[in-house]
Amino acid sequence: MDIQTKVGDGGWSKGKIALAVVGAILLVFLPVVLQGFVAMSFLVRILAVVGIYVMLALGLNIVVGYAGLLDLGYIAFYAMGAYSAAVVGNLFVKAVSHIGAVGLREFLTSSTFIFMLPVAALIAALTGISLGTPVLRLRGDYLAIVTLGFGELIRILATNNFLGLTNGAMGMSINVPNPVGLVAMQKPVINIPAVGFSFQFSVNLYWYYVVVLLICFTIFIVRRLDNSRLGRSWVAMREDEVAAASVGVNIRTAKLWAFALGALWGGLAGVVFANFQGFITPDSFSFLESVFVVSMVVLGGMGSIPGVIIGAALIGGLPAIIQGVAQSPMLASVFHIDAPTASAIANYRYLLFGLLMVVMMAWRPQGILPSKRRARELHPEDEKTLEEEDQSLWAVEHGIDGSGHDL
Amino acid sequence: MQAQLATIVQQLINGITLGSMYALVALGYTLVYGILLMINFAHSEMFMVGAYVGLFTLTGLTNPHLVGGLAAFFKGSGFGLVILFALVFVVAMIAVGCLGMLVERFAYRPLRNAPRLAPLISAIGVSIFLQNAVLLWVNTMALPFPQVFPVKEITIYGSAQVSTLQIFILVTVIILLTALDTFVARTRMGKAMRATSQDREAAGLMGIDINRVITFTFFIGPALGAVAGIFNGMYYGVVLWNMGFIPGIKSFTAAVLGGIGNLRGAILGGFLLGIVESLASGFLSTGYKDVVAFIVLILVLIFRPGGLLGESVVEKV
Amino acid sequence: MAIVEATNATMQFGGLKAVNDVSIHIDEGEIVALIGPNGAGKTTMFNMLTGIYKPTSGVLAFNGVSVAGKKPHQICKMGIARTFQNIRLFANMTTLENVMMGRHTRSTAGPWQAILRGPGFKREEQRTTDEAAKWLRFVGLIGQANELAKNLPYGQQRRLEIARALATEPKLLLLDEPAAGMNTRESADLTKLVGRIRKTGVTVLLIEHDMKVVMDIADRIYVLDFGELIAEGKPVEIQRNPKVIEAYLGKGAEAMLAQQA
Repeated sequence: MDIQTKVGDGGWSKGKIALAVVGAILLVFLPVVLQGFVAMSFLVRILAVVGIYVMLALGLNIVVGYAGLLDLGYIAFYAMGAYSAAVVGNLFVKAVSHIGAVGLREFLTSSTFIFMLPVAALIAALTGISLGTPVLRLRGDYLAIVTLGFGELIRILATNNFLGLTNGAMGMSINVPNPVGLVAMQKPVINIPAVGFSFQFSVNLYWYYVVVLLICFTIFIVRRLDNSRLGRSWVAMREDEVAAASVGVNIRTAKLWAFALGALWGGLAGVVFANFQGFITPDSFSFLESVFVVSMVVLGGMGSIPGVIIGAALIGGLPAIIQGVAQSPMLASVFHIDAPTASAIANYRYLLFGLLMVVMMAWRPQGILPSKRRARELHPEDEKTLEEEDQSLWAVEHGIDGSGHDL
Repeated sequence: MQAQLATIVQQLINGITLGSMYALVALGYTLVYGILLMINFAHSEMFMVGAYVGLFTLTGLTNPHLVGGLAAFFKGSGFGLVILFALVFVVAMIAVGCLGMLVERFAYRPLRNAPRLAPLISAIGVSIFLQNAVLLWVNTMALPFPQVFPVKEITIYGSAQVSTLQIFILVTVIILLTALDTFVARTRMGKAMRATSQDREAAGLMGIDINRVITFTFFIGPALGAVAGIFNGMYYGVVLWNMGFIPGIKSFTAAVLGGIGNLRGAILGGFLLGIVESLASGFLSTGYKDVVAFIVLILVLIFRPGGLLGESVVEKV
Repeated sequence: MAIVEATNATMQFGGLKAVNDVSIHIDEGEIVALIGPNGAGKTTMFNMLTGIYKPTSGVLAFNGVSVAGKKPHQICKMGIARTFQNIRLFANMTTLENVMMGRHTRSTAGPWQAILRGPGFKREEQRTTDEAAKWLRFVGLIGQANELAKNLPYGQQRRLEIARALATEPKLLLLDEPAAGMNTRESADLTKLVGRIRKTGVTVLLIEHDMKVVMDIADRIYVLDFGELIAEGKPVEIQRNPKVIEAYLGKGAEAMLAQQA
């Protein structure tokens, strides 16, 4: 019996292609429609925010989903990206202001955020490597707490105006007036009075498209990484560290790559966030935000790109949408949500959210749309016991294997 | 020179007070870790809920409309105060201890055979749930803690003072710690706990009811945490729905510093961390006082992950 | 020429000497068995050879190079591959992927190549897949290529672990109780498989309790008991060695056996 051993991408079925086309069309045109109706235009902003969460979740998914490392301070890299964009970006704008040629000066100023993407990504990745090098030796839950400590450390440093860079708790603004091309895009106005449609390109829409482009880029890269020698070694390492090392995987390097790549994406998302908001304060980078991103990955399905996107949309988007709908009188009347109900929903959302995390872990730990591999691995009905799961190399080394192995 | 020395003495006194609270909370982390190899992330909320239960018990018992003449008795004499505080602590310890057992039963036990990260994530969920449940229930940001305890400052050296409250806290903590140490060393349940933390499976085979041991651990730890929470409220005069988070992380740091899984290590780590933090905030900016704990945490885990009195936790690959 | 040369190897855990002053050598192309009762220190020898433990004292040399202090992945690259007593497969990866993992050190693509997917990357992926398929055929599991490893029956899992180890292109293969839990037919197949492995030029050191397997395939046998080397020799010599019989069956067993004979 022979079996074909050709390397392929698996191929796409017709249904899948159709779904992708419909999805792409929605992704591009739905926001245009929303923008055109006054009552719904707030949704465009929410979509952009959700998009940033999707980026963050996809980045963290490399660390948590693929490599199996729980990073509870992921938001620190997001903060590094945002503050890099603000500090370095403002310096850049200042330096560029000496250029005499108006056209060039304006072009460079308005493109600052594009230049800041690689800068912030690099800063975040280097921070990730320098934190990861010493701490990745630690056992999983210790790693979680160290990263948590690191996340808080970054926030506290920012709050205390570290090195005079961050302007403390008051936060700092990003001095970029209009991102490149926005002014030109805002020129055409489309009016269809009959249905109350009036469209003009907006800042929110601009950042929405930037985010969507970056998400596509992220998915492209992450899929390629996953389906490669490095991606396989991540999965192998997650499954059994001792066995992975025994077939030649350098565990430290593999973990460090995951950590650094995750940090890099946190940094990228931070740049977009800082420029989109135009203003950042340390409050945006609290531990709770880290927990949110972890939850998006966990609830959506660790290691599964569609799952993570759904997780980010649910956790990042739903509360904002509910709140927004309630604030919009027209829609509130449609959905029968009055102001007290809306604020009650908003107040109870963290409560429900905490509950959801507990319930999900007990009932569906593999997430909403699990990756096939992870799904099987995480289900508690597997006969794996805690001891077996804990067969890290460390445990073997110290003879506490739990499986009664021969000395 | 003398002024500086006085500052050091003052910071030491403050540090020991702070440290005694950290030690109490750190014990909860260490007990659970020793037995389940799990970081009970929700433990910080036991501290917070303890402070609230203590506060409500205290205001209830000193409210003449609720308890009539008893209120006057409680506040009237030294004896009354002793009874009052004993009641406050016992009620809070039992309530929070039961909460701890409930959390274990519903959020952790179903995950006992799941991968390590699952209970940790569930614990984070519990933590968020409890914080927001309290926030919604109390419906205000901060509540003042009434100063029922007669606080007097005693000057001991230069400008350095120790308050009666600080002495009260330290003495109570020492009594509790000694009691716990004796309990674990001497009693049947204590021995069962030690056996379970050595080897859960073997302990089970020897006829120890593992579930009972775990449930009991989840009573003791939170009960001690509740005491620390009440002290925290009395000491700073305020309770807050998110007051547990930072002390929780610091107490965990203390447990790691002393060697997680090691009871005496947790106590040592608690006092050390409290002193280091107080000295740092006395001589550096107070804004950076929380940074100290995080830096200690990161450094300990990098250079001596087993802690001062503990085992090694490094994965050498 | 000796491919493995252990001189006075000692591994101490606290007060316990799991391996005490053991010296062994294995020549290229040999099949050597390491036997002894449970707790004799056999797996500890494996763990020292593969970098999981660093010997407390003594020297373990592979092709003249000391392995002490080297990490498992470095040792794998040097040419030592192993299987585990309690099978350690990547349970939720497919059979093929498991063996592809064995090609890790024999391939080089990093993240950049993975992202750019140049012709070199594709060639390497193809080669990895082909090699993995080759070893699956070698152990007779090609039909199960797309099964998840954990869904394979026990005997096949053992063979898959061997295929994964072989894919690393080792010069020395360490098999830790490969016949454990196998029925007579399966262990006979295994004996044949080990013979075929030898023919590819790989030296084999195996730990095994199934004496039939050991006597059938081993050129030489080392016997450990309580961490010490108590005997060495050809299968027939070991079978008659009183010390070995005593270690396995206790004092007086020899006399009993003699009586029966």
